[in-house]
Amino acid sequence: MGETKYWTWHMAAGVVILFLLGLHMLIMHLGGITHLYAPLGGEAISKANSLFRDGKLLFTVTYVLLLAVALYHGLYGLRTILFELTLKPAAEKAITIVLLMVGLGLLGLGTWGAIAAHAIAKAGIRG
Amino acid sequence: MAENSQTTRPITFHVTRYNPERDGEPYIQTYTVPVRAGMTVLDGLHYIKENLDASLAWRYSCRMGVCGSCGMLLNGHPTLACNTQILHIAASDLTVSPLPNFEIIRDLVPDLLTMFDKHRSLKPHIVRADEAEINDPQGEFYQSPAELERYLQFSYCIKCGCCMAACPTLATDARYLGPMPLSAAQRYNVDTRDDGRRDRNTLTGSAHGAFRCHYAGECSRVCPKGVDPAKAIQHLKRQLVLDYLHLARRRKPCQKLHGPGQAKPLPNIPAAPAKTV
Repeated sequence: MGETKYWTWHMAAGVVILFLLGLHMLIMHLGGITHLYAPLGGEAISKANSLFRDGKLLFTVTYVLLLAVALYHGLYGLRTILFELTLKPAAEKAITIVLLMVGLGLLGLGTWGAIAAHAIAKAGIRG
Repeated sequence: MAENSQTTRPITFHVTRYNPERDGEPYIQTYTVPVRAGMTVLDGLHYIKENLDASLAWRYSCRMGVCGSCGMLLNGHPTLACNTQILHIAASDLTVSPLPNFEIIRDLVPDLLTMFDKHRSLKPHIVRADEAEINDPQGEFYQSPAELERYLQFSYCIKCGCCMAACPTLATDARYLGPMPLSAAQRYNVDTRDDGRRDRNTLTGSAHGAFRCHYAGECSRVCPKGVDPAKAIQHLKRQLVLDYLHLARRRKPCQKLHGPGQAKPLPNIPAAPAKTV
């Protein structure tokens, strides 16, 4: 039954990714049309507009959330592929632990990056 | 124009031969068989055994697509040898191999034990919560036609192993339960007389259970009895997720009839004749 839990969350993560990537497309790639969260003119990826978004807590939270669901979705998919190689149960357990550690490590790194960017943007706004 | 049943056409059988005690690996041996219209592959193999090579081994029993013994790979397609007419699938050459995804016992005889072990592990029988009813039945269980319809097609499975041979997931993951055992689990899970779904969930929801299915659908395409194991597996997945999220609807216990005449008969069905004994 454990796999049911992982698979259900895998599907839920997919839906969240779809929503957040949709937002990403609207803000970053359709910015010329939508002008969402790019109030300082120019391209959506310009430094000024990026710092503007980094300074908003909503964006910091969504960056971390997107990273978390993308890591879970991707690493679970990788685990599935590896499990289909008819491994021994001990090897499957080792793979699960290694992927969990890699995922948590990357999530920690990404979270630190998002928080640091938020702090830098805030400091910049304050001058 | 239909071919005259008396005229014969020579068809070359390319048969996989393998004796694990003697051969390092399987090899192909060819035989030419005079084929009449209507001859099945099983008839062709009998012809080879009786006239050309008595050492050829395969498994068969009923010769009418019921027992599921003669599943083999014909021109790369897993199916029953007794149910396949040679001239329907071959103009001049026919390859006959044992079912893939199984060990070979000899020649065309696959070792189906792994499949039956997985099947048995999923408790493919009615599991009742009330022990007393199993030991001392007090009546008959009533099922409506709609309730019967939910599992009927899955009960047509003859365990021939064709779906297991066609499954691409099983080809890479030998521990995957496979379409036959999983559809058998679904057959009993949706049976209103059964209380064993939660027990089966432990295995069907395991790392090598229903969620390993890639939904290639080959199992359903090759099934000689028209069973749809891919559909059964998708239903299993849905039920597993609903059970995990505690969203599964509680099923009404199966109604029990303690004597004749308690069920509401369908209209326009004549009464049974009077007892003569």
